[in-house]
Amino acid sequence: MKPAPFDYVKPKSVAEVSAALGAEGANAAAIAGGQSLLPMLSLRVALPDLLVDIGGLDELKQVSATADTIYIGALTTHAAIEDGRLPDDCNGLMRMVASKISYRAVRNHGTIGGSVALADPAADWPGCLMALGAQVRVSGRATVRRQPVADFVQGQYSTTLAADEIILGFDVPRPDPGTRWGFSKVVRKSGAFANSIAFAVAQGRGGPVSVVLAAAAPRPCALPTVAERIGTGKDSEDDLRSAIVADIAAHAPQDDPYLVRLHISTVLRALREMQGR
Amino acid sequence: MSSAPGDRGWIGASLLRKEDHRHLHGRGMFIADVQVPGVQDVAFVRSQMAHARLRNVIKPADAAGRVFTLADLAPINVLEAGPELAAHRHSPYPPLADGRVRYVGQTIAACVMPTRAQAEDLADRVKVELEELPAIVDAVAAMKADSPRVFDEWPSNAYISTTVVEGTPDSLAAAPIRLRRRLRLNRQATVSLEGRGVLAYWDYRLDELVVYLSTQGGQVKRIALSRMLGLPEEKVRVIAPDVGGGFGGKNRIMPEDIAVAALALKLKHPVRWIEDRREHLLASVHCRDHTYDLVISADRDGTLLGVEGDIYIDAGAYALWPTGSFQEASMASRNLTGPYRIRHLRLNAHTVATNKAPMGPYRGVARPGATFAIERLVDEVARELGREPVELRRQNIVTASELPYRTAAGMKLDTGDYIAALDIARDKIDLPAIRKRQAAGEPDGRRIGVGFAFYTEQSGHGTAEFMKRKFRVIPGYESANVRMLPDGGVIIYVGVQNHGQGHETSLAQIAAHELGIDPARISVRYGDTAVGPYGFGTFASRSIVFAGGAVGKAAHILADKIRRIGAHFLQADVADTRIADGMVHGPSAKISIAEIAFAANARPDQLPAGMDPLLDTIATYEPSDSGGVFAYGTHAVVVAVDPDSGVTELLDYVVSEDCGTMINPMIVDGQVQGGIAQGIGTALYEEIPYDEQGQPLATTFADYMVPCAPEIPDVRIVHLVTPALTTAYGVKGLGEGGAVAPPAAIANAVADAFRDIGASFNETPLTPRRVSEAVDRARRAGSAGR
Repeated sequence: MKPAPFDYVKPKSVAEVSAALGAEGANAAAIAGGQSLLPMLSLRVALPDLLVDIGGLDELKQVSATADTIYIGALTTHAAIEDGRLPDDCNGLMRMVASKISYRAVRNHGTIGGSVALADPAADWPGCLMALGAQVRVSGRATVRRQPVADFVQGQYSTTLAADEIILGFDVPRPDPGTRWGFSKVVRKSGAFANSIAFAVAQGRGGPVSVVLAAAAPRPCALPTVAERIGTGKDSEDDLRSAIVADIAAHAPQDDPYLVRLHISTVLRALREMQGR
Repeated sequence: MSSAPGDRGWIGASLLRKEDHRHLHGRGMFIADVQVPGVQDVAFVRSQMAHARLRNVIKPADAAGRVFTLADLAPINVLEAGPELAAHRHSPYPPLADGRVRYVGQTIAACVMPTRAQAEDLADRVKVELEELPAIVDAVAAMKADSPRVFDEWPSNAYISTTVVEGTPDSLAAAPIRLRRRLRLNRQATVSLEGRGVLAYWDYRLDELVVYLSTQGGQVKRIALSRMLGLPEEKVRVIAPDVGGGFGGKNRIMPEDIAVAALALKLKHPVRWIEDRREHLLASVHCRDHTYDLVISADRDGTLLGVEGDIYIDAGAYALWPTGSFQEASMASRNLTGPYRIRHLRLNAHTVATNKAPMGPYRGVARPGATFAIERLVDEVARELGREPVELRRQNIVTASELPYRTAAGMKLDTGDYIAALDIARDKIDLPAIRKRQAAGEPDGRRIGVGFAFYTEQSGHGTAEFMKRKFRVIPGYESANVRMLPDGGVIIYVGVQNHGQGHETSLAQIAAHELGIDPARISVRYGDTAVGPYGFGTFASRSIVFAGGAVGKAAHILADKIRRIGAHFLQADVADTRIADGMVHGPSAKISIAEIAFAANARPDQLPAGMDPLLDTIATYEPSDSGGVFAYGTHAVVVAVDPDSGVTELLDYVVSEDCGTMINPMIVDGQVQGGIAQGIGTALYEEIPYDEQGQPLATTFADYMVPCAPEIPDVRIVHLVTPALTTAYGVKGLGEGGAVAPPAAIANAVADAFRDIGASFNETPLTPRRVSEAVDRARRAGSAGR
């Protein structure tokens, strides 16, 4: 389990990164924390000719806040979020999510940008940022663009990133003070990728509800029917179960009854946790 | 923690382990830490098919002298492995494939380069032409007459089938309660923290082949290396440095060991192979993989009568030298009555060849399966009769007054109080409180269950037992060389191999007890065939019994001589002397052992007339009853299970256990806790599934789930201490028991959580999917029946 030979560069600027990644005929991969890429290299599943280490880009490590938005640089580690380094972590949701990612050793290196860029269907951040209505900032050779995370993640290991692009960071709307959330995740064991992750966020008191399920389909799915039922009186457990089934089916056909039960379980737990806050 | 002797001296003192200082500071010397100038690394080309004819191996044209196939290593003598039974079929296992590959991961060629990465690059460029054959992946299906064969010339896929009949099993057909269950433990890897490894070179000064090997027993491995390579034993030296766990997985000769040693004979430089985790999961010793199809019979009053049925051991593609895995079948059969007064047995046990990696021993060998089977069946009978499972156990278990007791399958259970162990576990886990909590229900919709499992752990078994198992090498004794140096310090050489058990500490405590000196002045050495006495290594929970006995015996002989010299110095009668606190005490004076040691080694003029100099002796030891002594205990566990997701959480875990006299109770607790961690792995996490083509589906830790610290509860341990009657100091081995009971206890707890709907949990690991599906099946059956 040793990587095949590759070249390595550590650029000093985003422009240099884009130039390296987007060079004609390049078979390059950007590496941030390396917590997914390094095992893939060692297993020779990923076989880039060139590794572009973006770890030297200090501008990607910035964290800031305005009245409406918090900005999280792409190289912010899970550990930093777990440790409360964000100016606002959505009433504790992001901190909780970060603390449940793999092991601390992984969290020390793994980054939020790397997680979203890889777009593993079982990753935590794409679904969490979707539930929070976050946008991603992306930089390429020519432009900087913004896109809702919900649109950025296209499918399994698939995003709208062009070859020369990297994620700069995320703009997360600051939640209303009364915002409540629930988060439930089933993993085979600590450190394993999840089999089901549910996020539920209710903005303020009586505000809109967002429910997102990850690890159920190639990309995280919004559960709009479930969200709409919360607080309407049509939100008994049976009502919610049928709404969950309908919402999941709209995203991906579920021919595995166990997985349906599993996802119902995590979504119900997230909803109960949200309602209990 | 104490660093001083307890009330009863050094035996029974919870000393901090001597070996932990280097390990906690990262200064251990494991095989990958061994620095040898000029060493080159080996990467193996491995089969990607489960069963195929090997048509051709095409070496890259630019890699002359760097890619080796079996023909390049010749001559190699392939040894017959398995028990010494004519009925056991031979499965010749060459170090590199010879015309046929029989499992995914089998070694085909060895590539040698200055670094492992370069060796892997070269291995990627070796072309292998395989002609695929049908793969045999299910041991039960493999026993059907029309199954394809793993070995063409065999009449069936069984290495061997055996039958155990005891009592009058025909009488069972009329029993009022007869429950048939199919139970299964799936296939696992052994997952030692350090993988396997081998480094070999020819030492021109000593004119010998030096083989560094991460092994549980170097002396026995030398026998194999010598015979396979055709070298006399004095030309082969095996060194095991620090070994980072083995659990059975480092106690067989493996193809990589032979291939690397053979390469060292061909090449002019040292070569090494360090196993990586993918290779470990793919091609190291695999284990468990038992299937039971059993009927248990009982009376209406709860008396357990008998067990009948079939046992299938999926032993994989080859038997590993020396003994293969026949002992899985024999031990599963012989332990299937557990500690109960079950007198009727009819068991057919099949050790089956399949196109999977070869099976080897793993902590608990067969007993996790046998215990899972009998303890699940006992709970099923209890459910059928509406009885509290722990009470049904109390009714059927052998009582203290019945011990020693010969079970139907011929195991002689020796000493202890089994009912006391059950009661302590029941009380400590607080059964009434759990029943109350269950009745109240959980606010989060989860279900609570409590499960019990009783186990016995045969240990300290020697010649008689291993003759029964038809071993090729009979580990019937251990030896110790105890040597006192001129300043009174002691070096002990033993033939066992510490690989995490704490021998450097516990064996020093035994010697300290005999010699009356501080264990800090006693060094325990092992792991080098050039300096140690002959011994078999560390496995089968044998070391504290055998090596402890040998160290004690040799130290005692030395202590006698020290007293005789001391009596001479003190001008006293030796009968009036005693040894304690580093001194020989006479009636009116005392002399330090250091002075005596100096005289014995360096001042022969001061010794009594006619006495030989030196304080240096070798003793061997075997317990007086080589059938073994039985540690035992009860595990009790409380679980919370989500019926939808199927996720099981362990809320509480209690162990009551009796391993006789404890030399170092802290080490005992560590063994229990560590064993339970691995037992939890069997119960809930670890599994290597294979697809129909024989491809293993868990080849990295992304797919192979090993419980880590967050998954392991704090285990509450209660010790009963009933000294054994037939071993030195009354010790019993206890290295494996922790791993034996958890699958049974946890499955019983999960079944208890769903006792009302009759869901069955008879297959490990109890993954969330299996649990949820069992609940769903039971619910559907319940609503269909209404």
